[in-house]
Amino acid sequence: MADLPLLSVKRLLKRFGGLIATDHVDIDVGAGETHALIGPNGAGKTTFIAQIQGELSPDAGAIIFSGRDIAREAAWRRAQQGLARSFQITSVFLQFTALTNVILAVQAQAGHSFRIRRAAVDEPALVEPAQAALAAIGLGDRAHVRAVALSHGEQRQLELAMALAMRPKLLLLDEPMAGMGRQDTARMTEILRKLKTQYSMLLVEHDMSAVEALADRVSVLVAGRVVATGSFAQIRADAHVRAAYLGEKHR
Amino acid sequence: MRRPSPRLLLACVLFILLALAPILTIFVGNDYPLIVLTRVLILAMAAVSLDLILGYGGMVSLGHAAFLGLGAYAVGIMTTEGVTSGLVQWPLAILLTALVALVIGALSLRTRGVYFILVTLAFAQMIYFVSVGLDAYGGEDGLVVPTRSRFSVLDLSDRTSFYFLCLVLLFAAIAFVAHLARTRFGLVLRGAAMNERRMRALGFPVYRYRLAAFVIAGALCGLAGILLANHSEFVSPSIMNWGRSADLIIMVVLGGIGSAVGPLLGAMVFMLAEETLSHLTTYWQLIFGPLILIFVRFARSGLIGLFPERSGDG
Ligand SMILES: Nc1ncnc2c1ncn2[C@@H]1O[C@H](COP(=O)(O)OP(=O)(O)OP(=O)(O)O)[C@@H](O)[C@H]1O
Ligand SMILES: [Mg+2]
Repeated sequence: MADLPLLSVKRLLKRFGGLIATDHVDIDVGAGETHALIGPNGAGKTTFIAQIQGELSPDAGAIIFSGRDIAREAAWRRAQQGLARSFQITSVFLQFTALTNVILAVQAQAGHSFRIRRAAVDEPALVEPAQAALAAIGLGDRAHVRAVALSHGEQRQLELAMALAMRPKLLLLDEPMAGMGRQDTARMTEILRKLKTQYSMLLVEHDMSAVEALADRVSVLVAGRVVATGSFAQIRADAHVRAAYLGEKHR
Repeated sequence: MRRPSPRLLLACVLFILLALAPILTIFVGNDYPLIVLTRVLILAMAAVSLDLILGYGGMVSLGHAAFLGLGAYAVGIMTTEGVTSGLVQWPLAILLTALVALVIGALSLRTRGVYFILVTLAFAQMIYFVSVGLDAYGGEDGLVVPTRSRFSVLDLSDRTSFYFLCLVLLFAAIAFVAHLARTRFGLVLRGAAMNERRMRALGFPVYRYRLAAFVIAGALCGLAGILLANHSEFVSPSIMNWGRSADLIIMVVLGGIGSAVGPLLGAMVFMLAEETLSHLTTYWQLIFGPLILIFVRFARSGLIGLFPERSGDG
């Protein structure tokens, strides 16, 4: 059973009224794998990620994570078990400093929070890992700036630092480069390339050069359905995919 | 060494000024200022407790005065029944408010937004009407509390000692809430108010932390109720009518939500306005209401906004 995938999604189904946003999707992420999920706008990528993380509950199907079906479990329990999502639209604590944002992520994985003896910012057990996570994604010198005052690119980095600080088994990254300029995208790709050796990832991304650089496997989602899965080269060669997606992107 | 923050300085200055206030009575020649100020301190404590859930936790409860009433009635009823020892009365009264807060919180925290406001209001109204129906304890007319709680070390019937007791307890409550906000527990509470979705994604079961905060706030307000019963030597349902809950919200918002010491400023200004404007007209709230709206429109962070925070989350 050693090669059981870390995440195995089976026949996942989600309807929004008449719209089928996730149409019997099967996707695996192996331990150590970076699996990219690509597809046109509105294909259902975020909806899919949200069901794995637990914000949305699927109408049918199974989500096997580390050997257990978590499809009906509360989002916070899934996070406790090692699923960390970064959001396409930045979702941080705007009035907290970058450091406190990450401290919360560390704290979430450090037992219950009914602790009232000391200020959290005075606890080395929280601050040190939080500083390390900020440093790892290049935000070390911005630790004491409020999130609201960070640039868009820095907020995207913070988003990722928070996911990392959860010490997850699987990273669910929903367009980590969303809204970034060319330079920031290149920098973020470099950061992810380093992380890729230590983490398993399900990566939603529109930027094809990033996908090429990072993905071990790529799945293509179109209108809620997986139309192809394979290596980046295979996907690029797939006529189906070109018609549905790459063609229009690369025109 | 960090420089003390303007807010800590403000708290110290307020403490010193309030500690010197009893001197006023010597000049005025009667206890009236002391009586009014004691009332300010007690209601400020209720406002501080509300700030924990409203300001830090983002829970707009429109039923907070119920806990004030519960604490006060617990003292009034026990005294009437011959239980006058403070060491018995106070812990029992606080326990009662905490338990009721646990039940109200457990049910109302399952709702959100406007529903939460309405559910907390509904529970508070229920408790209000129970107190109106307590015929054995004065019903609508209220209940005279014949003696203040007895402590061997402290005579609460001495107005000055009682004033200082209220002062010390209020500042202990402010320090407690300000400290709590900075702990792990406080970060979870504030984080859940700012971005609940992210909190769940990080792995926090936010409901139980909110509930704990609701109970702590209820118990702290219960303590204010205990003091209020001792201060007025009288309890009645009007302690906890819904207007009082609204007053507490106004004090918190006026002073500055999520600032621990702000609600004291808010309570002082509120009571000062009540004292002065209500002499001019019985419809003083018609003047005061719009003034508050204008104030909050231009100074969203409340009076405490005049005392900026140190950068960082301390
Ligand atoms: N809560 C919702 N209620 C109804 N429809 C929704 C909801 N969320 C998403 N949808 C619809 O489901 C479809 C998939 O949306 P989703 O956000 O998952 O796409 P996406 O692949 O992430 O797109 P993008 O690349 O723009 O981020 C879209 O048609 C969207 O309008
Ligand atoms: Mg999306």
